[in-house]
Amino acid sequence: MQTHKAKRVEITIEKVMQGRLTTTLQAADVTGYTILPVFGGSGRSGEWDRTGQVGRAEGMVQVVCIIRPDRLDTLLEAAFEVVERHIGVVCVTDCEVLRAERF
Amino acid sequence: MTDIFALAGENLISPIVLSFALGLAAALARSDLSVPEAAAKALSIYLLFAIGFKGGVSVADHGIDATLGLTLLAGIILSAALPFLAFFLLRVVSRMDRLNAAAVAGHYGSISIVTFVAATSVLESRGIASEGYMVAVAAAMEAPAILSALWLVSRGEKSGRMDAGLWREILLNGSIVLLVGSFAIGWVTGPAGLAEIDSFIVAPFKGVLCLFLLDMGLVAGRGMQKGRKAIGLGGVAFGLLMPVLGSLAGLAAAMGLGLSTGGTVLLMVLSASASYIAVPAAMRVALPEANPSIYLTLSLGVTFPFNLVLGIPLYVAIATAVVGG
Repeated sequence: MQTHKAKRVEITIEKVMQGRLTTTLQAADVTGYTILPVFGGSGRSGEWDRTGQVGRAEGMVQVVCIIRPDRLDTLLEAAFEVVERHIGVVCVTDCEVLRAERF
Repeated sequence: MTDIFALAGENLISPIVLSFALGLAAALARSDLSVPEAAAKALSIYLLFAIGFKGGVSVADHGIDATLGLTLLAGIILSAALPFLAFFLLRVVSRMDRLNAAAVAGHYGSISIVTFVAATSVLESRGIASEGYMVAVAAAMEAPAILSALWLVSRGEKSGRMDAGLWREILLNGSIVLLVGSFAIGWVTGPAGLAEIDSFIVAPFKGVLCLFLLDMGLVAGRGMQKGRKAIGLGGVAFGLLMPVLGSLAGLAAAMGLGLSTGGTVLLMVLSASASYIAVPAAMRVALPEANPSIYLTLSLGVTFPFNLVLGIPLYVAIATAVVGG
């Protein structure tokens, strides 16, 4: 089956920043993304998990975007504006999709 | 002094405190006991609705007196001013850096609605009446402290980020909307409205509060385990001293306003408590460089348990001795 090259961008970010990130992405014309809950993890800021959260302060989410390679820089620049000062990880990987016109 | 110990002893063996202690002990013993996230959220919605509604009914029943506006104003001033005291105390006691000290200070100007709910429950069980509008005062005290914290940070090298979106999130956060909204419903519908739903919001209240505090105990215990290294002994001393100083500021304001004994206790509790829902979320956006382990551990792992176990009976005893009742 014919597949097409694309980029998968995973942005793991604090839950409080989720709305700001998606608004910025949409403003940069990145309208397709999926938001996933993150159960826990450990990093430079220490260990954390979803249990024992009474507010949104410590929770994390992952925003996953799959886009055409030529739009990658636009997305990363928009995302960086939001995540620059915050805890989180931005990861880019190559992937292939079946229906290129959707991305 | 004997009264304070008697009250503290009575409080210690209440189902509310024992439920919290169970959660705390389970977390410290690394038990896998947990309250599902959605269930904890539902419990908190119930408690906020019930406390707001009952406050509104009380205002409808007893009417508004001249002190309402002044008490709201006093609450806002206390919320804005207490962070300065907290900041100074932190810098003296723990030598914490300006950014983290300001972030922590913001939490101590704002309030813990769960501590407030627990205090109203203690007052009810002791038959001490309070002004129904204290619920509105609680809502008004959530936000001003955040501005004070950002101002304190701006005096140093760094600055906080405050935009329109953050303002909307702070002022319209779910707890405030629910509290103020249910207060309005209670006010509009009055005692007749309460009679229609009292089997739902009055009788089960304490049982639900016990379950919620079980969860809070688990959260506090796990927070203590994770964050104890971040705060140090100086931080712990601050977390125990600041609520007492805050409560005295609340006492002075309540005496100036001429509040009832119950109202005085509640204003003391509001001034003594520290936020762990609204302010941490705001700080993550406005001051992302501040360490959340420090402010969450202090407010949730030190000050919240102190207020729940010892603080509330202490404030009841002081208010009773000073105001009477």
